[in-house]
Amino acid sequence: MALEIRDIHKHFGPVRASDGVTFTVEEGSLHGVLGENGAGKSTLMKILSGFYGADSGEILLDGKTLNLDSPATALESGIGMLHQDPLVFLPLTILDNFALGSPGPYRLDRKEARQELERVSAELGFSFNPSRLAASLTVGERQQLAITRLMWLGAKVLIFDEPTTGISATQRNQLFSTLRHLAEAGLIVMFVSHKLEEVEDLCDSVTVIKQGKVVFGAPMPIAPEVLVEKMFGQIFVEQDRVDAETGDTLVKVSGATLEMGTTHVEDLNLEVASGEVIGLAGLEGSGQRALLRACAGLLNPSTGSLMVGGKDLTKASYRDHLRAGVHYLPAGRLEEGLIQGVSISEHLVLASEDTSFFVDWGTAKQRAEQKIEDYSIKGIPTSNAEALSGGNQQRLLLSMIPDIVKLLLLEHPTRGLDVESAAYVWTRLLERRSDGTSIIFGSADLDELLRYSDRIIVFFAGSVFAIRNAVDLDGEELGYLIGGKERV
Amino acid sequence: MKISRTTSATVIAVLAAIGVGILLLIAVGAPPFEALSLLIEGSFGSASKMSATLLAWSPLVLAAAGLVVTFAAGLWNIGVEGQVIMGAIAASWVARSVPGPPAVVIPLTILAGAIGGLVWALLAGVLKTRFHVHEIFGGLGLDFVAAGLATYLVIGPWARAGQASTSGTDIFREEAWMPEVEAFGVGWPIIPIILGLVSVAIVWTLLRGTLFGLKLKAVGSNAYSSYLRGIPTNSYILGAMAIGGAFAGVAGTVQATAFHHKLVPAISGGYGFLAILVVLLAGFGAAAIAPISLFFVAISVGSTQLDLRLGLDSAFGGVLQGIIVLFVLFASAYAVKRPSGSLTPQKEP
Repeated sequence: MALEIRDIHKHFGPVRASDGVTFTVEEGSLHGVLGENGAGKSTLMKILSGFYGADSGEILLDGKTLNLDSPATALESGIGMLHQDPLVFLPLTILDNFALGSPGPYRLDRKEARQELERVSAELGFSFNPSRLAASLTVGERQQLAITRLMWLGAKVLIFDEPTTGISATQRNQLFSTLRHLAEAGLIVMFVSHKLEEVEDLCDSVTVIKQGKVVFGAPMPIAPEVLVEKMFGQIFVEQDRVDAETGDTLVKVSGATLEMGTTHVEDLNLEVASGEVIGLAGLEGSGQRALLRACAGLLNPSTGSLMVGGKDLTKASYRDHLRAGVHYLPAGRLEEGLIQGVSISEHLVLASEDTSFFVDWGTAKQRAEQKIEDYSIKGIPTSNAEALSGGNQQRLLLSMIPDIVKLLLLEHPTRGLDVESAAYVWTRLLERRSDGTSIIFGSADLDELLRYSDRIIVFFAGSVFAIRNAVDLDGEELGYLIGGKERV
Repeated sequence: MKISRTTSATVIAVLAAIGVGILLLIAVGAPPFEALSLLIEGSFGSASKMSATLLAWSPLVLAAAGLVVTFAAGLWNIGVEGQVIMGAIAASWVARSVPGPPAVVIPLTILAGAIGGLVWALLAGVLKTRFHVHEIFGGLGLDFVAAGLATYLVIGPWARAGQASTSGTDIFREEAWMPEVEAFGVGWPIIPIILGLVSVAIVWTLLRGTLFGLKLKAVGSNAYSSYLRGIPTNSYILGAMAIGGAFAGVAGTVQATAFHHKLVPAISGGYGFLAILVVLLAGFGAAAIAPISLFFVAISVGSTQLDLRLGLDSAFGGVLQGIIVLFVLFASAYAVKRPSGSLTPQKEP
């Protein structure tokens, strides 16, 4: 029995999330799927588990082509997926969670389900109290429950998407021994991760995906530097970095604990000088977003303090942060930045400090035309935000930043932009440094981090793994640090 | 391009709805064209019928104007019905207890109606912003409370002397009635007409020309982006509810002091809910609510003729209104969805 993935293609608009993916996983193997953020791992796994239909290509198990048009049919074919957040219904009992999705639409035999739960969980070495609520389980136990259920439903291929996020070290060890046990029993286990160490530890073969394509596949062990290179590609940093003069300390984070969803950042200490650019590196969900949102005033630290420009903003509201000169540009340009159905003129009226009750649309139009010219936005004053391309949306957002800002917080400032737009965005951002504006930005683009940051903070699994001066780093080393490893 | 598409879709939908209405009439054995001409005759056939139609138009357009504001803020103000009732109750209280000439009492009844509706709407707003109760559920609950309160007042504290009946309170003294203007041999409800027109003008200006209106639109389109922009979203939600509730409350005043001249249990006349349909048809904008409201009340008022002359149930008017709204919603969904593609991801060009 082998799982064969043949020439899978999947687009989302112009994005080729899977671009001819082909590889085979043999029976009884623990197979790692590696790739940086946005490489196309999740899309591929969602195709395998029936969440998305592929545009073309086929998937074979044991030589038979599978029909994967929904998660239910995928499971019937023997492919089960464990999501990063285990899909468990917290208000239901463990037994009901287990019995959910059992075949047949009407009959629910709780007595039989209870026996089955006991039998399967005992085989796997887990133990549950069936009548307790699922809400009482830890994240690790929820995974165990989901595994038990998938095994009972006859899964032959189990896909684990980033399963070690948010679980303790003990639970991780237990999970790994379960995964080994499942592979020994003849199942195919796919382990999706971007944590190098875990893949080294666990997997006996690996596939690396980059930009929707398989760029590497081999049995383990593979030297980590090879994997880093395959994941991130060769990174060249031009030597045209512009280092600005930095001033006094502007932002001071001391001993902060930040909790956001499954992200838990402890004892965070950071000082940012005015005019300094700090890049935040790390895999998605490692704590960068929590830091940005804490600085923005959208996440109050549970302990510790935050000072901006000598003002204590630890418990201050978001609006107090705005007044203190903190400006935040989140990643979702249309979800968290611009407003659909609202035009360029109207956005600029909203962003202006003009507070007169009646809007002077004549002036508003002139201002919009001026900004459109200044920021080379491809659009007219009446264009709605959603009609602009990603690059032009970002230009509009830049044009809406107030003239005087002390701290700019940016998430993926150039994601999805072409090279020219990205360079433009950074030119405008770096201009502000001469006024003493500090910039903290998170990015998945190593080149961007190395090129524009003065210092880079690398997050790994919810804590600061390293703080380095950008000039002392190269792409390879940064890749290591992001994967949670020091270069030896 | 998009506007013409939407407009033509709407026209086709209204024609299709009338076509279905004709089929329905044939199915129940009524002469369809006679029935339709009776609808028109019953609402516009004489000066007194036109006057009656305009008196019904006023509360509908007032409630619809208020809903345009709450919809702009992204709120489903289902509580509008209760806000109309509370406006009527507050106006009735003033009409019953404040002495003085019309020049004093009538402005006070209008003010009281506005406050009654406003308070009721703010209750739903606070339930939403403070206690995270969705405005649909909060509003619907408050609708029932308001309707219960009206019935309680009519058969309880404000019951007619000697008899507690659901037919209503004592008639208000005439100084509290909204005065009519004589023309063409009948009285015209001049104040309700002015209130209706003014409400449309205010709401149109508010949403088109003011920073408040623009911020409301921003909050309604994307509350989270607006919050990040520094707009106090909860204040704007409450502001929209207050304004919407005030207009609905004035609609209640018109019902109590210009139409019934007393408080009755069914004081709202269902205009709150009907106004939701009007605003849906008007595409959530202020510009079209006046003519659409007129079209709707013409069907409602005219359909009483169907009962008298053809023995058809007057509920047919409501059926026709419902069919029109469904068809227009289908048509506008079609007009909006089609050009931008289907749900499946687009292929690369």
